[in-house]
Amino acid sequence: MQYTILILVLPLLSFIFLGLMDSKFKPKTAGLIGTIVLGIITALSYYTAFEYFTMYKVEGVYQKVIPFEMEWLRFTDLLSIKLGILIDAISVMMLVVISTVSFMVNLYSLSYMDGEKGFQRYYAFLSLFTFSMLGLVVATNIFQMYIFWELVGVSSFLLIGFYYSKPSAVAAAKKAFIVTRFADMFFLIGILVLSFYTKTFDFGVLTGENPIVFAAGAGATFMGFSVLSWAMALIFIGGAGKSAMFPLQIWLPDAMEGPTPVSALIHAATMVVAGVFLVARLFPVYYFQTPEVLHGIAYVGAFTALFAAVIACVQTDIKRVLAFSTISQIAFMMVALGVSGYEGHEGTGYMASMFHLFTHAMFKALLFLGAGSVIHAVHSNEMKDMGGLRKYMPITNWTFLIACLAIAGIPPFSGFFSKDEILAASFEFSPLIGWLMTFIAALTAFYMFRLYYNIFWGKDYAVKAAAHGHGHDDHGHGHTPHESPFAMAFPLVFLAAVTCVAGFIPFGEFVSATGADYHIHIDMKVAITSVVVALISISVATIMYRKPSTTPDKLAASFSGLFKAASNRFYIDEVYLFITRKIVFNSISRPIAWFDRHVIDATMDGFANTTQWVSIRIKSFQSGQIQQYAYVFLFGTLLIAALILIF
Amino acid sequence: MAQQIIFYVLAVIITVFSILAVTSKQIIRSATYLLFVLLGTAGLYLLLGYNYLFAVQIAVYAGGIMVLFIFAILLTNKPGENVKTELPIRRIVAGLTSLAGLAFCGHIIYWNVKKISVLTEMADITPQQLGRMMMGTDKYQYLLPFEMISILLLACIVGAIMVARKR
Amino acid sequence: MEFLTSFFSGPVPVEAYLAVSLIMFFAGVYGFLTRKSMLMILVSIELMLNAADINFVAFNRYLYPGQFEGFYFTLFTIAIAACETAVAIAIIINIYRNLTSVEVGNLDQMKE
Repeated sequence: MQYTILILVLPLLSFIFLGLMDSKFKPKTAGLIGTIVLGIITALSYYTAFEYFTMYKVEGVYQKVIPFEMEWLRFTDLLSIKLGILIDAISVMMLVVISTVSFMVNLYSLSYMDGEKGFQRYYAFLSLFTFSMLGLVVATNIFQMYIFWELVGVSSFLLIGFYYSKPSAVAAAKKAFIVTRFADMFFLIGILVLSFYTKTFDFGVLTGENPIVFAAGAGATFMGFSVLSWAMALIFIGGAGKSAMFPLQIWLPDAMEGPTPVSALIHAATMVVAGVFLVARLFPVYYFQTPEVLHGIAYVGAFTALFAAVIACVQTDIKRVLAFSTISQIAFMMVALGVSGYEGHEGTGYMASMFHLFTHAMFKALLFLGAGSVIHAVHSNEMKDMGGLRKYMPITNWTFLIACLAIAGIPPFSGFFSKDEILAASFEFSPLIGWLMTFIAALTAFYMFRLYYNIFWGKDYAVKAAAHGHGHDDHGHGHTPHESPFAMAFPLVFLAAVTCVAGFIPFGEFVSATGADYHIHIDMKVAITSVVVALISISVATIMYRKPSTTPDKLAASFSGLFKAASNRFYIDEVYLFITRKIVFNSISRPIAWFDRHVIDATMDGFANTTQWVSIRIKSFQSGQIQQYAYVFLFGTLLIAALILIF
Repeated sequence: MAQQIIFYVLAVIITVFSILAVTSKQIIRSATYLLFVLLGTAGLYLLLGYNYLFAVQIAVYAGGIMVLFIFAILLTNKPGENVKTELPIRRIVAGLTSLAGLAFCGHIIYWNVKKISVLTEMADITPQQLGRMMMGTDKYQYLLPFEMISILLLACIVGAIMVARKR
Repeated sequence: MEFLTSFFSGPVPVEAYLAVSLIMFFAGVYGFLTRKSMLMILVSIELMLNAADINFVAFNRYLYPGQFEGFYFTLFTIAIAACETAVAIAIIINIYRNLTSVEVGNLDQMKE
């Protein structure tokens, strides 16, 4: 499987090549190069998956394979950092997900980003992102993962800030970077603590059969918890930052300022699941060593899922609805991991989480690309500018509907299968969490269909356009919206097809916590409950939003407090601003800044001013008159001679 | 006795002409007085028994350098035109400085240098001896400075031409 | 009268040579400090160099009659003086060509 190195090398080369050539290429050429490279990587990933799942099964258990590893930095005998490729079930699955979505997004962008300034740059960044994300999932040790983790952060920053002339995009990019970086600081501390006690970075050793490496850290405690718990909790905070768990979720909705395909790739399908992947990768450590942290993850996930789902119900920007839905769904995966056991039937949660990751990546990318298609047609993100688009955009309409059904959990679409497993696992863990998750699933169905009806049904687009009058003509509202071209429609259709069939993949046979087969069986009680609940939610949404009606407004008025709070995202951003501006800036940064300006700078300025003052005073010494110099020289010589004579 | 008389005559010549050389109003006269000083110095070398140095002093200084000087003076000055007089204050200050230095150094010499007046006899230096000293690399042989001087001279020739040529 | 004869009676002391070179040197210093023409400054420099030469030779002859360090030093100094004069005069001529003057007071453009 040596060829897997190509999966990493190709996008890197593509990035360097496109990045260095930049505007030397025609935009189309650059886009084609990026897309073709991605196509090759996708093919390679599929082949890797095929080969891995057919050939590396020993006695019913999938083995971990390391086809390539090298020592990168060697500090001491104990401390060395390796770079390598680790192939196991989840990394293969991630390879497939990332390369598929990335390829689709590349293809889609060919048309969507057509004519944008910096088209070549966009493709270079996409390649960089793909490279870092692939490197993250195949990392053999936690430090390599961290390196790629940061690279992912950087490329996400670059892509969110792609429209760097737009202040809101710049602010969003900064916010995303700072928030995730802040979380990564904890991640790094966690890595250091963990590796200090276990003396290894290697995943193979950490998650292996023999947990002897944890013996050293077992006795040590800090503030009532063992250091190992602290380390794993800190690592989870890093994952929570990337995966937008509460309270670090604030960056993700703002990240929608980036181009829509980027949102589909990074902020729906790949980067945001990095945290889930991290927890899954270290799952044995969490499960065997620090179960309390794992349960904490479950509760954080459950709260985030609820929180984000409530907010998603009242947002009006379609991309933001999708962003909050993403947060909620990722929280689902976290919950599934948190409630999971390890072996056999116990491992439902783990498998369900990975399964949901897989299906969610597909249908959420589809939703984002569909949203992009809509935005492309009407040139607006706001629901009020849309409506009745089903007549104009049939392909987008149908694919979007499929994705909505999938996320709502209606069989036979893929979301049903994965979500059902998550619910089943939750019920097994505790009925409270189970019912909470079922409720959130209902909310999900509601807000997705609210979104769907607002875009494709409701008041007819032509009527709205007429009502708005010619004032909007400059923004392109005057023309009739039309279906997107092939390059945009094809990814929609492809992903919709995947969404239709992915549920029937016997996922448990490929991915499970132990690597052994896991047979998915649908718990009828849970399944029926969730489907019924979802159908009720959909019906409510249909009643409220299919035809223009006043019900939503009335409802909003009667729950005005909740509505307002949810619209403002429960003021979490304001809390952050308060903490940073009022507390951190005023009590810490200002005094430091004062000290810097009035003491350190002033000292340096003092040196400079003194030097300048002296220089001005002695400038006349340098008169250019050689005889004057001679006097100075002569008197100096005589003086020195006299001094020697005297002493 | 003759030696003493010759020395004092030379000493007077050097003293008088060096002072005249730096105070004369006409630059061409200054150059001439300098020539006398240089010749007087050559005489001192001869008096001390360094015949070769005497020859070199005459040939290089009196012959070469003075010609250059006079050449330059004629190029840059109209003959007979006086040098501009300096401010008297400058002359007084410079004179006082020089006298102070003179007194200082004279004091040092008077009190610190042993009164040696014995001139030991010295065999004549033959040109062969000089040549061997200049061409060897042993102790008290001077091949390296000699070669360096030759390179310096070459550089000076090239440099002088480069600097002075018309552009 | 006795004073004068005492001058001529004994051999010439080394201080006599040093005194001559001292006067010559400070005459050069005076010239260097007062004259405005660059050629005159050059003349003063020659005077100072010569004074140094005399010292070398005198010390060599009186203190180490069997050796030749001072002798060679003087020899090389003469050569270097020749070099220096040649280049200096080339520069002076160049300056004269550009400024039609050889006064040092005018040459302060390079101070900054």
